[in-house]
Amino acid sequence: MKVESNNFIELASIAIQNTEQQAAVRRGTRNGYLNRLAAFTQFGYEHGQHLRMQAAAAKRRALKSLPDLLEEAEARMTENGITVLWAEDAAEARHHVQEIAARHHVKRIVKSKSMLTEEIELNDVLQGAGLDVVETDLGEYIVQIGGEHPSHIVAPIIHKSKESIRDLMVEKLGMPFTDSSGEMVAFARQRLRPIYLDADMGISGGNFVVAETGTIGLVTNEGNGRLCTSAPRVHVVLVGIEKVVESVEDYALLTQVLPRAGTGQHMTVYTSMINGPRRPDDPDGPEAVYVVLVDNGRSAIYATKYAEVLTCVRCGACQNACPVYRSTGGGAYGWVYGGPIGAVLTPLYVGLENAKPLPYASSLCGACKQVCPVDIDLPRMLLDLRCDMEVRGYGSRVYGVGLWVWSFTQRWPWSYRLAAWAARVGQRIMGRWHPGPIGAWAKYRDVPTFAPKTFHQLWAEREEVMSRK
Amino acid sequence: MAEPNRESPKGKTVSLFVTCIVDMMYPQTGMSVVTILERLGVKVIFPMAQTCCGQPAFNGGNRREAARVAKQFLRAFDGAEVIVTPSGSCATMVRHEFPTLFAGDSFWGPRAERAASITWEFSEYLVDGLGVTDLGGRLDTPRKVGLHDACHGLRLLKLGRQARALIGGIENAEVSEVPDCDVCCGFGGLFAVKMPDVSGSMLQDKVNSITGSEADVVVTGDASCLTQINGGLARSESAVRCVHLADLLAESLEGQEAPK
Repeated sequence: MKVESNNFIELASIAIQNTEQQAAVRRGTRNGYLNRLAAFTQFGYEHGQHLRMQAAAAKRRALKSLPDLLEEAEARMTENGITVLWAEDAAEARHHVQEIAARHHVKRIVKSKSMLTEEIELNDVLQGAGLDVVETDLGEYIVQIGGEHPSHIVAPIIHKSKESIRDLMVEKLGMPFTDSSGEMVAFARQRLRPIYLDADMGISGGNFVVAETGTIGLVTNEGNGRLCTSAPRVHVVLVGIEKVVESVEDYALLTQVLPRAGTGQHMTVYTSMINGPRRPDDPDGPEAVYVVLVDNGRSAIYATKYAEVLTCVRCGACQNACPVYRSTGGGAYGWVYGGPIGAVLTPLYVGLENAKPLPYASSLCGACKQVCPVDIDLPRMLLDLRCDMEVRGYGSRVYGVGLWVWSFTQRWPWSYRLAAWAARVGQRIMGRWHPGPIGAWAKYRDVPTFAPKTFHQLWAEREEVMSRK
Repeated sequence: MAEPNRESPKGKTVSLFVTCIVDMMYPQTGMSVVTILERLGVKVIFPMAQTCCGQPAFNGGNRREAARVAKQFLRAFDGAEVIVTPSGSCATMVRHEFPTLFAGDSFWGPRAERAASITWEFSEYLVDGLGVTDLGGRLDTPRKVGLHDACHGLRLLKLGRQARALIGGIENAEVSEVPDCDVCCGFGGLFAVKMPDVSGSMLQDKVNSITGSEADVVVTGDASCLTQINGGLARSESAVRCVHLADLLAESLEGQEAPK
């Protein structure tokens, strides 16, 4: 996926003009936000906070011993009969999948939802190699037939109205016209069912990797995940190296927190623990299971002050809570991840120079940290990224000069008084002429006027009156 | 919840940090704060050397310039017993960012720590610091008062309940919650001019929440949000306006007898 994050401001402006998309995103994020709130406060505010803090601790503990846990996970998975492969970057990950497909004479692939496969652009490569790839998560299926990208981590088509989805299904799939979302879902289900049964290989992501047992944890809601991971002959898991957790206990905790944060559920409809290929006495399951542990920039982040961002469980709660995301939708962020988590992850993954506006795509309101199930300090990271921008000289020169001038006026009482005077007089001279940043302000709001006298002056006058008494 | 282990500000002289935006645009808000504090028998002084807290540079990622401005704050408030400011955002800057800005600096570090430990946001100072919620104020006509919980105060200083308690203490004022009162208004300092369309879209949501509510007036604790929201309300030709908590309180005290 071409990185277009440097065009955030333009893409956001276009998205804001799209009223249908705006309405869909606002409705979806609002529901997500309120459902999360209800789920986390059901047993009282304190209980929800304890869950968050425990989850944060579990993920941070795992992060701290990540190298050891990865080795432990590899050893346990291998004992379980899983073939573990390592991929340093996207190309290596794609190469592994292609090789596995070739080895098992795979022609048809079904996929369960995975943001990592978006990151490494897996579908394009597999389809380019002549393989049939079908996304089976309903949202991802719609994304695929529409030739789009998911705009939200857990709700890929949050930006689409029911009507536009219907029209797409009528056009691309020949679905009979309907207004009922139930009929639309039933149509997709009927359409997908034989595809699972014909598939040679299933590809899934992994929400967690339990080191002590070598288990892949998968949380889904539609049952497509189970079909993808058990019906085809071969199952390939692509999972980021940061998804490893210490124990089954931690997994049990995190599977309570992730659904609450993502969709407001106590548990997802399906919570799978995949331990390996079909055993002789199993009624079904794949003949072979591969787990590809993908780095793709993660260990580089691990070595920085941004390491904590690797504890993200990809719930999408920060996207639902973010007023910027609510206004722009995910597409404007110009890469795989939108919203506050995307504003932090994108520059770290694709380079600050390729995502210059994103650290500033926030009013620093802090809603993202407040809802994060593992309490990642995203506003702090955005501030740190802004610092990095300045240090590396990527900041806007105009603002840099402006900031320096401003700072100069604030450093001494005399320069401050002079600036206050100049601002007042300047505004009077300029009248209704609003150049540059004032024009940007005036586009949506009335411009405030400077008071005839500053508080400094009022206070000095008051002191004088009082001293005369 | 009030932050635990803060030294009580009772009986101490207050050094008012009026903030640059109140200084230049809303000086009457500063006077409202003085009126209220003096009515409560608090001695207020105003260090004339004060400028800004440095937050614009800090949020812009320029910590060097932020530190330069912050040093002027620390010089101006050197020797202060208690610092009170009518802004959750500026109070957050002093409380949360000054100590990290000067971490490891043997001269400025302790001064920053000290400033952080004695700085109070206005409503927090009244309610948590002095334990006052009823100032004896009264409005001439009954009004429904909505709120906009400014982000930094809400999330980093845990403000919100203090303003509601103070409004609840005014006769003829009734707290009438505005939906999404805890959602950002879209100001965000430079954000508003750097990304005007996004900021404008966020503002429109805020304006819609307010105009769709029953509130006759909306109270906030930050002059910057107030500027943004009133700019939007005026543009949408709504009659509702946002006022600073200190101004509503001061208005309610006009003509009321000071408590003995």
